[in-house]
Amino acid sequence: MTDIHLKTIFGRLTWESFPIHEPILFGTFVVVLLLGLAIVGAVTWYRLWGYLWHEWFTSVDHKKIGIMYVILGIIMLLRGFADALMMRAQQAIAFGANEGYLPAHHYDQIFTAHGTIMIFFVAIPLVVGIINFVMPLQIGARDVAFPFLNNLSFWLTAAGAVLTMVSLFVGEFARTGWLSYAPLAGLAYSPDTGVDYYLWSLQIAGVGTTLSAINMVATIIKMRAPGMTMMKLPVFCWTALCSNVLAIAIFPALTAAFFLLMLDRYVGTNFFTNDLGGAPMMYWNMVWIWGHPEVYVLVLPAFGIYSEITSTFTGKRLFGYSSMVYATVVITILSYLVWLHHFFTMGAGPAVNSFFGIATMVISIPTGAKIFNWLFTMYRGDIRFELPMMWVVAFMLTFVVGGMTGVLLAIPPADFVLHNSLFLVAHFHNVIIGGVVFGLFAGMVYWFPKAFGFKLDPFWGKVGFWGWVVGYWVAWTPIYVVGLMGTARRVRHFDDPNFQPYFVIAAIGALIILVGILGFVMSIVMGFVNRTALRDVTGDPWDGRTLEWSTASPPPAYNFAFLPVVHDLDAWYDMKSRGYARPTGDFRPIHMPRNTGTGVILAGLSLSLGFGMVWYIWWLAALSSLALLAVAVGHTFDFARDTFIPADVVAATEVKRRTLLGQGG
Amino acid sequence: MFDPAFSPLRRAFALALPLLLLGGCDAVVMSPTGDVALQQRNLILFSVAVMLLIIVPVMVLTVLFAWRYRRGNANKVYEPDFDHSTTLELVIWSCPLLIIIALSAVTWTSTHLLDPFRPLERLAPGVPVPSDMKPLTVEVIALDWKWLFIYPDLGIATVNELALPVNVPVRFAITSSDQFNTFYAPTLAGMIYAMPTMRSELNAVLNKPGDSWGYSGNYSGRGYSDMRFKLRGIEAADFDRWVAEVKAAGGILALSNLVELVKPSERVPVMRFASVEQGLFDRTLNRCVEPGKPCMVDLMRRDMETDRGHAHAHGVPEMPPGRSAEPLIGGKPKPALEKVPEEKGSGPNVTAPAQLDPRGALEPGSAHNRDHQ
Repeated sequence: MTDIHLKTIFGRLTWESFPIHEPILFGTFVVVLLLGLAIVGAVTWYRLWGYLWHEWFTSVDHKKIGIMYVILGIIMLLRGFADALMMRAQQAIAFGANEGYLPAHHYDQIFTAHGTIMIFFVAIPLVVGIINFVMPLQIGARDVAFPFLNNLSFWLTAAGAVLTMVSLFVGEFARTGWLSYAPLAGLAYSPDTGVDYYLWSLQIAGVGTTLSAINMVATIIKMRAPGMTMMKLPVFCWTALCSNVLAIAIFPALTAAFFLLMLDRYVGTNFFTNDLGGAPMMYWNMVWIWGHPEVYVLVLPAFGIYSEITSTFTGKRLFGYSSMVYATVVITILSYLVWLHHFFTMGAGPAVNSFFGIATMVISIPTGAKIFNWLFTMYRGDIRFELPMMWVVAFMLTFVVGGMTGVLLAIPPADFVLHNSLFLVAHFHNVIIGGVVFGLFAGMVYWFPKAFGFKLDPFWGKVGFWGWVVGYWVAWTPIYVVGLMGTARRVRHFDDPNFQPYFVIAAIGALIILVGILGFVMSIVMGFVNRTALRDVTGDPWDGRTLEWSTASPPPAYNFAFLPVVHDLDAWYDMKSRGYARPTGDFRPIHMPRNTGTGVILAGLSLSLGFGMVWYIWWLAALSSLALLAVAVGHTFDFARDTFIPADVVAATEVKRRTLLGQGG
Repeated sequence: MFDPAFSPLRRAFALALPLLLLGGCDAVVMSPTGDVALQQRNLILFSVAVMLLIIVPVMVLTVLFAWRYRRGNANKVYEPDFDHSTTLELVIWSCPLLIIIALSAVTWTSTHLLDPFRPLERLAPGVPVPSDMKPLTVEVIALDWKWLFIYPDLGIATVNELALPVNVPVRFAITSSDQFNTFYAPTLAGMIYAMPTMRSELNAVLNKPGDSWGYSGNYSGRGYSDMRFKLRGIEAADFDRWVAEVKAAGGILALSNLVELVKPSERVPVMRFASVEQGLFDRTLNRCVEPGKPCMVDLMRRDMETDRGHAHAHGVPEMPPGRSAEPLIGGKPKPALEKVPEEKGSGPNVTAPAQLDPRGALEPGSAHNRDHQ
């Protein structure tokens, strides 16, 4: 085998690509490999492959897909948070003569991976997962509009996540920051595998997210239960609708930016190079036309979650429903008009900067109105401080500070001194942790009993809550302060010892957040252990108000034996107060989509296409592309896509449920 | 307009957010020595104070309502159907609206007044720039990973050291060799991007003598963390002495050694050049540093001339095609799909332990400093 043969077969993959020379990383690699083998072994031993394949991997049931998205998000959260701990440790010790323990080559990969993973593979899967699980139940539908597409979207997102994880042990990840700005991310300055991993993972996952957004919008527009007009749509579904409309509009911009950067790297075009007519600034514009609305793609559904929880736990209708809806729509539209505030300091000129600054501030008006709406929902309420409601109050107190620093950064002259400093980093963690992450945890705690039929363990849930909330403030307040001390972001090593105490406090805060994460994981584990005590047979453990609480927990595959008819905004509350009686007979066969393995296969082929392109293994990439095309076309000839759940199965399920509820057979 | 006139406001701020000013730390952004940065600081304090007018009540009401309307409180009013009040909704929307109107007015005026491209009108609050005072011009070039400062009027240049006379307006012209960096001296003024092929400007003045640090705010690759420069504010009289010192020390910055300086290096010690070849800034901006490379501005002019009135008259034979230039140093890298198997190289997993003394510190321009080598 000559070098030419080897390179033709393996591209630029060589022994050097594996961390065999680096004991820590190799150790991690071996442990991960062993754990993986242990899981595979256990699944084989207990003969679970068939179950997983038929019941989960190939499932087109929106509830199962939603749960798989959430599991993916939680696993990736652990990875992303490990990166965060490593950064905090480095910044806490790397002062003066001490270089810390991470060389630039490694540290730069870590902060890039942290940002990329947290946004694309934690926040997006968790948000999409919760929308997937809850929204069809809330609108009284039996599944989403395109069930197969939903399965494919999930697997494409998972394939992107896998490709990112592969970069940990094979080759390396990008060293360019989480948006991989040109010109640094161009071939001239980043010729290694890192940026290629970044581009291919996010392109594959991005296709999944775009398809999923189309699916969710179609579902909300077309599949609402009879009587549910748009102004009777639960607020969470409104926010899901706006979030997904945004996603449809913006993801193509990101895909296009990445595609052009790929062309620069693979075929030698000059879209974003410094030379030969390239315009790197155009890349910044394109990624931020995606990037700023993306913040709202994530935070709007979180606002929806807070709205549902506040209404439920105060035992009140949501205050100002219609102004909440208008606020959401206004935020959706305005979020397109503000991207330039991410680079005021490029010097676009005072008129342009003022326009984008003021447009940004205007967003705080509907957002402020929302905060007041939650506040006045609490007013004259009967508030039960269970875990989800605790998250809401913590959110309100944390988020307003992030909102304030956000408006501050929207004032261009103020941004000139704060931009790209750690103050900015503290600001966006303030809104993303305080806004999005708290909301996702609130949502997971709130809807967990709906998904699994038992509540999470309340003690460990509270440990998780206090760990996150206290940890957030301990970790990020000092970062705001060092930002005001003039410290730039992404710095690996400092000379000024005055900063050190702040970074040490921040590192302690990160450890407290670790307690929060472990507390959450423990609340799932202990919830499972104590599931008999925590079981809920009513399907309505929190005295809920929207339709998802009218079905069993976990809901049957068909969600509703008969589609509910909606008369009021809080449809289930309305049904309960009118003395709703469950159906006892006259069940009919229910038409449902059939499971398919095509999604898994297409995602697997995308993964091998990505891997082949990253490593310049052209034959693999070519074969994968052909196979992708063949399988996708082949799938269109699969006409056996539906199935009927027979009436007697539906009847038996419903009888069982009535028995559980003590309403007799 | 943001003069220290509103010191009561500042006191209010100091009371409301003591955390930020904890322990009298060196928050340079909060205690700058340059007039522009000072106005930016005052703007921050003013905006925070205005926003606290709404943030504090919201936080207090959140805690109050959460406490008063808890289930355990028997003496509360519970109105499950209270979900609308036109008066309240008006208040809810108009309070943030009023705050934002106020801030927008401030934003519009301050963005124009503090535009970095705008020549200074005052040296300090109440001290206009004397009509006969000419600003000092400093050309800033962000290199990988050090700062080059050229004083064209004085004919000197420095690396990683920026000395400025106090109370003299300074006009910075800023560009970069390869990466997007920001020129950020927090005590002096806000930051502005330094970008290859683009020229940005910053007008600022330093009001107090003293040393501080300047940074790049935008991650630009491996040597970014240590890409900082010493900012020295010097009394006008002493500044002349400093210039004389630099001139006495010798050293010439010409195109021939700029080519070497442009190459990546880390932790470069302060360098001084007693004389500077003219036009180096423009050559970097136009990407014609390496001998034999055409300047972008010439190519563009030629393109304009060739195309005007003759849409298809490309191809004056000896010209490079289109509006193009070559990379600053070396040729364009070969794109992946054009590589023959032997050229694919290897994609290493490099996580070598920290080098305590990177070679770049001693060898500016060493190939070892480049990310991929």
